[in-house]
Amino acid sequence: MQNRLTVVVVEEDRDRAIGIVDALKESGDCEVFLIAHHSALARKIAAHAPDIVLIDIDNPTRDMMEELTLASGPLDRPVAMFVSGAAGGLAQAAIEAGVSAYVVDGLAPERVKPVMDTAIARFSMVRRMRQELAETRRALEERKVIDRAKGLLMKAKGIDEDAAYALLRKTAMDQGRKVADVAEALVTAAGLLG
Amino acid sequence: MRRVTLPVAYMPLVDAAPLIIAQEMGFAEDEAIALDLIAAPSWSSLRDMLGFGRVDAAHMLSPVPVAMGLGLGGMTASLAAISVLSVNGNVIGIGRPLEDKLRAQGYGFDFADARAAASALKSASSGKLVFGVPFPFSMHVELLRYWVERTALGADSIEIRTVPPPLMAEALEAGDIDAFCVGEPWGSVVVDRGLGALLLPGKAIWQGAPEKVLATRTDWAETEPDLVGRLMRAVWQSSRWLAKPESRIAAAEILSRQRYLDLPAELIDRALSGRMILSGHGEQRQCDDFLRFHGAAASFPWRSQAKWIAHRLARAHGLSADLNTAARVFRSDLYRQHMTQTDADLPGASEKLEGAIHHPTAVGSTRGRLNLLPDRFFDGAVFDPDAPE
Repeated sequence: MQNRLTVVVVEEDRDRAIGIVDALKESGDCEVFLIAHHSALARKIAAHAPDIVLIDIDNPTRDMMEELTLASGPLDRPVAMFVSGAAGGLAQAAIEAGVSAYVVDGLAPERVKPVMDTAIARFSMVRRMRQELAETRRALEERKVIDRAKGLLMKAKGIDEDAAYALLRKTAMDQGRKVADVAEALVTAAGLLG
Repeated sequence: MRRVTLPVAYMPLVDAAPLIIAQEMGFAEDEAIALDLIAAPSWSSLRDMLGFGRVDAAHMLSPVPVAMGLGLGGMTASLAAISVLSVNGNVIGIGRPLEDKLRAQGYGFDFADARAAASALKSASSGKLVFGVPFPFSMHVELLRYWVERTALGADSIEIRTVPPPLMAEALEAGDIDAFCVGEPWGSVVVDRGLGALLLPGKAIWQGAPEKVLATRTDWAETEPDLVGRLMRAVWQSSRWLAKPESRIAAAEILSRQRYLDLPAELIDRALSGRMILSGHGEQRQCDDFLRFHGAAASFPWRSQAKWIAHRLARAHGLSADLNTAARVFRSDLYRQHMTQTDADLPGASEKLEGAIHHPTAVGSTRGRLNLLPDRFFDGAVFDPDAPE
């Protein structure tokens, strides 16, 4: 009978953290601890003596983890970033999902795998949601700029909205650029001249 | 020449300038490359991006490739430092409580004398001082350790903790750290937020410290000679432009843009001009060569410097390192191979006694007009790469 794995999740966003912790708890036989604040991170993590630490790849406090890769005392268990080896493409999948995992020295890959599979699935979902949100925001921003550019053209050239948009689109096609980029340039130029 | 886009990772710091400027001012274009500059959220992410092949080159702390060569740190991959991006440029600073004590003692904040600063700090502190640094493998750590070991402070006087630079001010405010060593503009950010004062520039400890390197995977450096050469030359031309006094204002403006550092140009200009503001009391000190990008073989990857780093890392982590193997991470051979097509003046040797130059000194070089600048350690010690003490 093997001991249960101890997993530490470092995540500031409360909702995300709960989702990840719950998924891990459901998935298997492991004890999960959450660290929400980065102050004195390395010491807080060390206090749990975890087998696995999971942290968002874009979290700047990841650098604090690096201290844990250096065992400073004889009882310390150094961790290493989780890289493929026996577990095959898992590390690459983890990176693509946006999670970095640190695994204690000597832990068998087959014990890491269930935790990683869950973490990867969960982080991928979060990442996808974030990307969609960013896409939506960008689309909204672009629409605003295009509207302003249309307004400028309508006023300057005395044309209607459809004609203004057609002009923007034609210019964009002629120059091999995006409509939003042409609109942006026009708005900037108008700002400078105005 | 077919135009090639190279993904390149950097950390948003003033010393990422050679890469940012290479792209923005057209030096990359001159070599028919485009740099797809990707800001990394942390030094470990940057290292992983390079190691796993997400990017082809990166702006990297000079000790990182050396440490990886020694098997230290969370990831193993063989990296090559193909050139030095910057020399010096760090600051050591202290939080308000220490600053107040130093002022009460009448300390003059000369921003120059490493011994005097250490003595003042020693008499102002009772227990261990906690220093924040950006990464465990960094020139910041090496300079700090070297300084405390060889001054009144003593090796056991400090504890070093990793704090990401943008969070340094916050960590001071929270009392997690007493002091810090960080690259600009993050020291100046602490000053402007009224949370502390700058004590010393990195060059007050070692005048010739290689701070950041241009790193690639070793296999990439060896299998893509054409791209490596184009990248190296573009960055070299960019550094040359950066070294001109008249470029400074434009450089600060470009770096300050939202997509790069997203901080006021004035703050960035301090490191570029060496006109440092030390504290909320407004002390201003001129520190020449605070941060150097070009000239006097600044970008040459001296193997003796890789050996110094390896020697220090091995000592700190109780390893026995083969310094000759470690030195090969700094690719002076590739630098020579690719820079002959420029008018760069290449030194005749690839190693030198570190710390032995006290005045600008002419040395043997390909064009015979190379003067090396002082590279002294504050204690006058000399590091012999063939016989490290």
